Amino acid sequence: MQTRNTMREELLTSGTGQGQLTSRVRQKLQAAFTSRPSFGLSGLTPYLFLLPACVIIGAFVLYPMLHAIMASLTDYNMITESRFVGLDNYKLLVQDPFFWNSLKNTLLYLLVVVPVLVIAPIFLALLVNHALPGIKFFRAVFYLPVITSLVVTGLIWKWVYEEQGILNYFLLSTGITDNPVAFLTDPANALYSVMAVTVWTGLGYYMVIYLAGLQSIPKHLYEAADVEGVSKWRQTLFITIPLLKPSIAIVAVMSSIAAMKVFEEVYVMTQGGPLDATKTLVYFIYQSAFEEFEMGYAAAAGVVLFLLTLILSLVNLFLLRKDR
Amino acid sequence: MKSSPLAIALRYLGLLCVAMLTMGPFLWLLSTALKSGGENIFAYPPSLLPEHATFENFGRVLETQPFILYLKNSVLVALLSVTANLVFASLAAYPLARMEFRGKNLIFVALLSSMMIPFQLLMIPVYDLAISLGLQNSYLGLVLPHACTAFGVFLMRQAFLGIPKALEESALLEGLNRLQIWWYVLVPLVKPSLATLAVFSFIAVWGDFLWPLIILDDPSLYTLPLGVNRLANTFSMDWRLVAAGAVFSILPILAVFLFSQKYFIEGAMRGAVKG
Repeated sequence: MQTRNTMREELLTSGTGQGQLTSRVRQKLQAAFTSRPSFGLSGLTPYLFLLPACVIIGAFVLYPMLHAIMASLTDYNMITESRFVGLDNYKLLVQDPFFWNSLKNTLLYLLVVVPVLVIAPIFLALLVNHALPGIKFFRAVFYLPVITSLVVTGLIWKWVYEEQGILNYFLLSTGITDNPVAFLTDPANALYSVMAVTVWTGLGYYMVIYLAGLQSIPKHLYEAADVEGVSKWRQTLFITIPLLKPSIAIVAVMSSIAAMKVFEEVYVMTQGGPLDATKTLVYFIYQSAFEEFEMGYAAAAGVVLFLLTLILSLVNLFLLRKDR
Repeated sequence: MKSSPLAIALRYLGLLCVAMLTMGPFLWLLSTALKSGGENIFAYPPSLLPEHATFENFGRVLETQPFILYLKNSVLVALLSVTANLVFASLAAYPLARMEFRGKNLIFVALLSSMMIPFQLLMIPVYDLAISLGLQNSYLGLVLPHACTAFGVFLMRQAFLGIPKALEESALLEGLNRLQIWWYVLVPLVKPSLATLAVFSFIAVWGDFLWPLIILDDPSLYTLPLGVNRLANTFSMDWRLVAAGAVFSILPILAVFLFSQKYFIEGAMRGAVKG
């Protein structure tokens, strides 16, 4: 269409300019170009390009989304005929201490993991944002946990966390603790131990985002600061950090959405235990749906998860706007 | 301004500390995987290096679990998903970047909102849908839900927007149709973004656990993460074996990573700037 328009303008202007076209011909041309394309293949072109993507995203994201909201209003369980039960599932959720416990664990996860994942990778990025020999090696090494599948990561850390394991050995031999720490078997520690694994996995990922942000900061700002004799530390504080704000906002949103969805680490390391100390919202949904087959109930918990994610995304949008 | 030697030394010290933090667990895993059956892996103090390094654990893993098959499944699923992602996302991105048509805004909003929906909310209906389409226990069932993401579409749209319009218009005047323009003019110009998308979708599908866990109950279709999990469940006490299986599952992606590290990190950075 855009090309048609430019072609029309070219033809029409050339026509008027040289006076070669009669007004009737010009009218005809104008009509031909402004009329909607007939229902040929050309009119369908954009839709054909979009078709595969829309079918897949429609079938596996948007349609299931509506389906999940509908299912949350039924007693769907894959065995008996499902009945419409209105808001009963939500009423049950509100009274379910296990649901509240998982919600509490998820919110605690957010509160601890997000600040760490927003701040620590900035230092990592500053550390590797230098043209030193071997710096590419370090960048790659810091990125390793990102490419490892979460199941394997969970297993590695389960082994590191063993009572007789390497981490306890390190803590005992350096005198940081006097007794071995029960990382995954003590309800007071388990959730924090799982959080540490999420942090370990995310460090490299967010480091790269900050690295991209750092490299988009104009170099002349630092040169000017050098001329003025501003110390490196103050340059970081007053030039780098403020100009990294957009990246910080992106990392805050991405890491909080990721923290909302924690599942694999829990599944592999603790199965939600001990005493439900590590049961997160997604683990709760998984258990309700695929172990207890309470699909309608699980869907209702899923809708709650979606609403929380939506709120986080909106907060994010708001923050990004404010920074511009 | 040159940094002082002290500053450089401190920087290397910091780098080494973090490297120990990220590499340490991997090295401990590798050391365990190389320990022989006669060595007590629960010894205290733990021995950092194996007394007699041996590959016997890897042999035992292959005897008890078809890890070669899992590897084949993982590679196949990853290749299919990445290809599908590249093709579908760059196809859909073209009209969104360059054409005007009815319903464009609606499609835009629908795609954008699909990015905010957590998969965990969808897993029940998607499971139902996959069952009714007969996708259970099939490669297609593993691939299709991953075959296109709105993130990919937007990434490619952004790339197409950076190409001068004049190129496309002259191609139109040459008589190329839209599909030819897409393939011969636009796609070759957005290779870096395609590499970014390939890397992102590869990491996502290679590490995916929840979806295959739900949709597969035939172990002959298991991907590596499921295989490692199965190994861990069967031999929960024999950490040598579990460690060997885990090492086995890390090696392929490590190799890919080492060969295309440039694309991984630069690609991820490009994604960050634009995404």
